[in-house]
Amino acid sequence: MATETMIPDVATELPKLSNEEIARYSRHLILPEVGMEGQQKLKAARVLCVGTGGLGAPLALYVAAAGVGTIGLVDFDVVDESNLQRQIIHSQGTVGKLKVDSAEQMLHGLNKNTKIVKHNVMLTSANAMEIFRDYDVIADGTDNFQTRYLVNDACVLLGKPNAYGSIFRFEGQASVFGAPDGPCYRCLYPEPPPPGLVPSCAEGGVLGILPGLVGVIQATETIKLILGIGEPLIGRLLLVDALGMSFRTLKLRKNPDCPVCGTHPTVTELIDYDQFCGIAKPATAGPLEVSSHGSVDQGQAVVDGIPQISVEQLKARQDAGDRPFVLDVREPHEYAIVNLGAPLIPVGQIGSRLGEIPVGKDEEIVVHCKSGGRSQKAALELRSAGFLKVKNLAGGITAWAEKIDPSMPKY
Amino acid sequence: MKIHIPTPLRQFTHGQEAVEVSASSVQGALDALTLSAPELRRHLFTEDGKLRSFVNVYLNEDDVRYLPAKELTVTTDVDELTIIPSIAGGSSCCR
Repeated sequence: MATETMIPDVATELPKLSNEEIARYSRHLILPEVGMEGQQKLKAARVLCVGTGGLGAPLALYVAAAGVGTIGLVDFDVVDESNLQRQIIHSQGTVGKLKVDSAEQMLHGLNKNTKIVKHNVMLTSANAMEIFRDYDVIADGTDNFQTRYLVNDACVLLGKPNAYGSIFRFEGQASVFGAPDGPCYRCLYPEPPPPGLVPSCAEGGVLGILPGLVGVIQATETIKLILGIGEPLIGRLLLVDALGMSFRTLKLRKNPDCPVCGTHPTVTELIDYDQFCGIAKPATAGPLEVSSHGSVDQGQAVVDGIPQISVEQLKARQDAGDRPFVLDVREPHEYAIVNLGAPLIPVGQIGSRLGEIPVGKDEEIVVHCKSGGRSQKAALELRSAGFLKVKNLAGGITAWAEKIDPSMPKY
Repeated sequence: MKIHIPTPLRQFTHGQEAVEVSASSVQGALDALTLSAPELRRHLFTEDGKLRSFVNVYLNEDDVRYLPAKELTVTTDVDELTIIPSIAGGSSCCR
């Protein structure tokens, strides 16, 4: 009997490690909290990264490096050079390629043993359950409320933990939602903010390093969940402030009245999340890269009573000597990047600065911003202030740089 | 007491990340904060004066909604309030 207890249990259900893997993961294997069994658990584990953007990039890299056997990647987008300020899983050489292909290339470069499953699709209510079913941990690195609620509900319905992270400018949040006795995203935020109250893109942007910080926290939680060690962020919300470099945790409670994880759930299957979030369905760009206030379709002639003018139409009129008053409604820091020489009144100040508009209420005004969303909002505000001939420059200064003056920078 | 202001709402506090107010309850502190900022009030409260469901207010590390006296909870100078709005960014694109 005594000899038996001297031989520790060796997990037989878990996949074996090759000698090459034992050498590769030696720094894990000599940590008692991970050890041989932990490393085998990692090898057996299947992690889904929803989004391979700012958060998904460091998350997938560290999870692959740690030896997680299978990593699923959900993204339908293509790598753009402006992603490289923070999305370190992509690189100069993969600009223009599908993000799932680009990410696979980098992950395989890091760890040849990792199995990558690419889901080059837009995550929707129709496919989320099917995709999530095969994974042990879901890591939500998306960037809009629709997908946040979709990921949450699918995780709760399937009983999968969600390593959650989100970022804004210099601030981040992280938690683990959907654990058996823990709260879910809806316990914290029962409903999304109405589109009018979310921060506008005038206050957008993100410090490139911040998704690195938060994505690595998500990766840490993912690894802890797989290993069953430490205290995961279940029932806690971590707040990260990169400027103050402060980390605080707040207590989260499971809401007994939560519509999806409460005692009497009313959400028992996936719903229409665009409708739930009160926004129009995304047209060309998909949910992972659509800003939360929606986009304005450039193809329409009139949107909400505001005539849309194309950059070509505006240019043709200017060339013909017909120069309508053009108003820029972006922010001063954007004006400093590139401008059309038009007077500037940021969209948030239109109401209080109407007196500065140098044309009469029956004269034409063409409003522009970066790509047409804010200027549409400003145009509606001007019209309700009594300006009768307000038009929105479809596609904004970005379309101007693309179609009229390619020497201008795009941001 | 100190009220921590999240980034999306700092436009209403002249960019300040924390605001000092003197108040003896959570409600009093939020009233003091929003007295001079009607736009901020609109973001935090519904028209009938209830906290909006997507805004969470924490007294120290507890959600005010789960405190027995909720917004009427008594506070002292050493307490801290934190406003937690929903943020969705993962990559943050801008239009």
